[in-house]
Parts: sequence; C-alpha cells; structure tokens
Amino acid sequence: MTCQDHRDLMMAYLDNELNEEQRRAFEEHLAGCPDCTRELAQFRKLKQMTDSVAFVEPEDRVWDQYWGNVYNRIERCTGWILFSVAAIALLIYGGFAAIENIIADPTIGMLMKVGLLALLGGLAILFVSVLRERVFFWSRDRYRDVRR
Amino acid sequence: MNGTCQDNTVALWDAHASRKEAFEEIVKRHMKDAYLIALGLVGNREDALELSQEAFSRAYEHYDQLQSKGRFFPWFYQILRNLCFSHLRKRRVRRASSLDDTQCGCPEPEDRDCFDPEVVAERNEAKDRIWKAMSRLDDKHREVIILRHFRNMSYDEMAKVLFCNRGTVTSRLFYARQQLKEILEHQRGAPDACEAGEPEKGGQTL
Repeated sequence: MTCQDHRDLMMAYLDNELNEEQRRAFEEHLAGCPDCTRELAQFRKLKQMTDSVAFVEPEDRVWDQYWGNVYNRIERCTGWILFSVAAIALLIYGGFAAIENIIADPTIGMLMKVGLLALLGGLAILFVSVLRERVFFWSRDRYRDVRR
Repeated sequence: MNGTCQDNTVALWDAHASRKEAFEEIVKRHMKDAYLIALGLVGNREDALELSQEAFSRAYEHYDQLQSKGRFFPWFYQILRNLCFSHLRKRRVRRASSLDDTQCGCPEPEDRDCFDPEVVAERNEAKDRIWKAMSRLDDKHREVIILRHFRNMSYDEMAKVLFCNRGTVTSRLFYARQQLKEILEHQRGAPDACEAGEPEKGGQTL
C-alpha cells in the first residue's frame, strides 16, 4: 500500500473508526514513514483545536417556544394553501361568470364585447408565451447551478 | 448525538392518536440537533432557528414520503441541509450584488458569509480562528466537520444522514481537514505561532 492509501485510513485512525486489524496495519506503516507520522501529528493537533470549539446553547425560553413556532408555521402553511387554492378557483369562476354576463348583456355594445375578449385573449397569450420562454431557458441554462 | 439516526419515528407516530402530538414529540426530540447543525452550517442564531423550524414544518407537510424509509432523522437532515445550503447560496448572491458589504453586519467585509463569532462558547483567540476558518470552508466540507466535531456523529451515522458510504465520508473529512489546515496556516502567516500552546514536535505548523 502507498502513503496515499494510508492517508485514506488516517482520518478513520484519528477518529478511532478503524478495526483492530486496520489499526495495526496503519501503525506499522506509521513506524516506517516519517511523512505520514508528521501529517498525522498535524491532523491530530487540528482535531484537538476543532474539538475545543462548542456552540453557545440558547436559553431555555427558546426551546420552550420552539414547538409553538413550528406549529404556527405548519398552521400558516395550511392556511396559505387553502387561501391560494380558493382564491384561484374563485377568480377563475368569477372571471368566467363576468365574461358570460357581459356577452349576454344586450345593453353593452358589440365593439366593447369584442374589445374585452381581445384584451383577455391577448393577456392569456402573453402569459403562456412568457411562461413557456421561462421554462425553456431555465431547462437549458448551463449556468443555473453556478454560484456567484 | 449518538442514537439520533436509530430513532424509529414510525413507531412513535403509531403510538400517538393525533398526528400533531406525535410530531410535537419528534420535534422536541430533534430540535437541539437540528438547531445546532443549522447553526454550524449557516453561522448565526437567527437564521439557524428560522431554518431549523422551517425544516420541521416541511417535514410535517411531507411526512407521508417517509413511511417507507422508517427513520426520521436522516430524511429530515436532507430537508434541513437543502434549506441551509439554499439559504447560503441566496446570501452569497445578495452579498455579491450588494455594493456595500458593511450592510450585512459582518465584522469584516472579507468574511465569506455572516458567521457570527458570538455563537462560539467560551471564546478565545484560538477558537475564533477555527470558527473563522470554518466559515471559509466549502459547504460540504464544513458540513462533515460540523457533524463529526460538533455533533459527535460516527462515520456510520454520517454516512446515513449524508446518503453516502463510509469511504465518501472518510475522503470528505480528509479534504475538509486538509482545507481547514491550509486556511489556518494561511491566516497565521507566521510559520509557528501556535495557539497559546506548547511548541509541537515534528514540524507542526498549525
């Protein structure tokens, strides 16, 4: 085995994750390899330094309120979903009903009706076109995962 | 942290009549780990609290997807890490497009992200240096350091939550520590001004 192979074992050795046989083999290699011994010593020092760092735990108040905050999020999320679905359904239904009424209303002139239909048709075409373009470019964007 | 990955939350779920009660117990069991891992990944308390709570909320919404997997934490961890990484990406984009770096409240404009030194317990110069160096690690490398050193996970537990094998965990840890070592050496400038400790044998330069 080369030093590179042993380097793969070095982390597991350092973290006490090797089995007895692997540990013995690695220690045998260390005995005859000053480079790996030096590197191991550096990593051991780094591990000691990293292990010495711990996070400040928040006060008990934060933990007491934690579940309440999570539940509020869940509740709000459910509320938003219901609200959005209902709003979209009502808008579509209301829109169709309004158009039907306008078309059926004899007091509204033909020019107004045609103009309104053209306006809504144009809006729908623009929406579909922009949406299609966005989806098309997004799916082919080679740089979308590149971090700035 | 040990045992976190072994939790059989399906049994817990079945033991409670109400879905809400079962999930409350799951949240209470894992909230500290979730918060502290998020803190290690994003570097400040407010974001860590927000993201960990949001992860639980999303886990609740999609809990049905877990049934076949049987274990909660590794699955939940994927939600949490994706949220944290996505948050970090957005934060970097915001910072890159901002002309005034001081607006984000970082103590030093050259800091890669808003990693708050105040989150470290019993601060001293050495710990601050380590934390600052960690903030400069790649996300995936910082992640393995957090799981190993801060949450004390075994390689097997890390492999479970990262959905990879032990070999990948080992090599990721090697490169993470290598990178950390280089950053610390670069930060120091001087060849051997070891942190308030005795001089090391064998040419250690950390």
